[in-house]
Amino acid sequence: MTDRFNLYRFASPAAFYPLAGAMIPWFAAVAVVFGLAGLWLGMLVAPTDFQQGEGYRIIFIHVPASWMSMFIYLVMAFWAAIGLAFNTRLSGMMAQALAPTGALMAFLSLWTGALWGKPMWGTWWVWDARLTSELILLFLYIGYLALTAAIDDPRRADKAGGLLLLVGVVNIPIIYFSVKWWNTLHQGSSVNLTKSAMAETMLWGMLLMAMSFWMYSIAVAFMRVRTIMLERERHTDWVRAELANIGAGDER
Amino acid sequence: MIHWNSFSDFLAMGGYGLYVWGSFGVTALIMAIEPIMVARNRKITVARLKRQLRAESRAGNRNTE
Repeated sequence: MTDRFNLYRFASPAAFYPLAGAMIPWFAAVAVVFGLAGLWLGMLVAPTDFQQGEGYRIIFIHVPASWMSMFIYLVMAFWAAIGLAFNTRLSGMMAQALAPTGALMAFLSLWTGALWGKPMWGTWWVWDARLTSELILLFLYIGYLALTAAIDDPRRADKAGGLLLLVGVVNIPIIYFSVKWWNTLHQGSSVNLTKSAMAETMLWGMLLMAMSFWMYSIAVAFMRVRTIMLERERHTDWVRAELANIGAGDER
Repeated sequence: MIHWNSFSDFLAMGGYGLYVWGSFGVTALIMAIEPIMVARNRKITVARLKRQLRAESRAGNRNTE
């Protein structure tokens, strides 16, 4: 019974490190393929929007970046909850590895939104509920990064950062439902599983771009978590062996 | 099948060129720079950890002599 495949084995950094290393090229390759397919559909094939002209093509990055900024935060909060409840080592490393990518996604969401808003609404920015709550999300990411960087002991930093993540998670449903709860300038969702308001090529272009952003985020977070693992586990035998291997060109 | 009549049409984006390419350009820049920074940080960290490891093992050898 001992050789049974056990998923919990990968909760240990020593087991997760080589697994992540083996998966990074695959996630990166899928991100590139889906990204190119999404760009081809969205930028070359999809028709003009009858209201927004060609300016609507910004949504092919605005929507995936916004989705990822919210989803990465939820994943970080999930790891924070696991880490606080079970005191697992991997959870804090995962949250730490995801945070910069989440912050960049939130920034891209706001940046592309501003570039869309200027021609469509006539303004770069309004204090609309959706925009404001997304800005708070960016501040939460920056706050998490600053807080964990300010605490020297990584385990304490994980605990403090985890609490911040769990308190801040209330912002995610606020972002998501803001267009329904308040009468805001930001339009509601255009993607609907049963009845989509978009042309089929537009919808597929956007879904491919979303998948690409997803795979990109996983690849970058895995790259980052491997470095964090080496750093934090540097006194263990497996990291010593790994460090000896990296120079010898036998990297796992 | 291709929506555009010419390349300059494509670049102009129906008058929205600045906004569309401003969005895609910054996104492409960030998605190119982030992995490079992460890879660079890994190289620097690995080099530092190896240095520390060597220093520790030298100190350990001195103690056992």
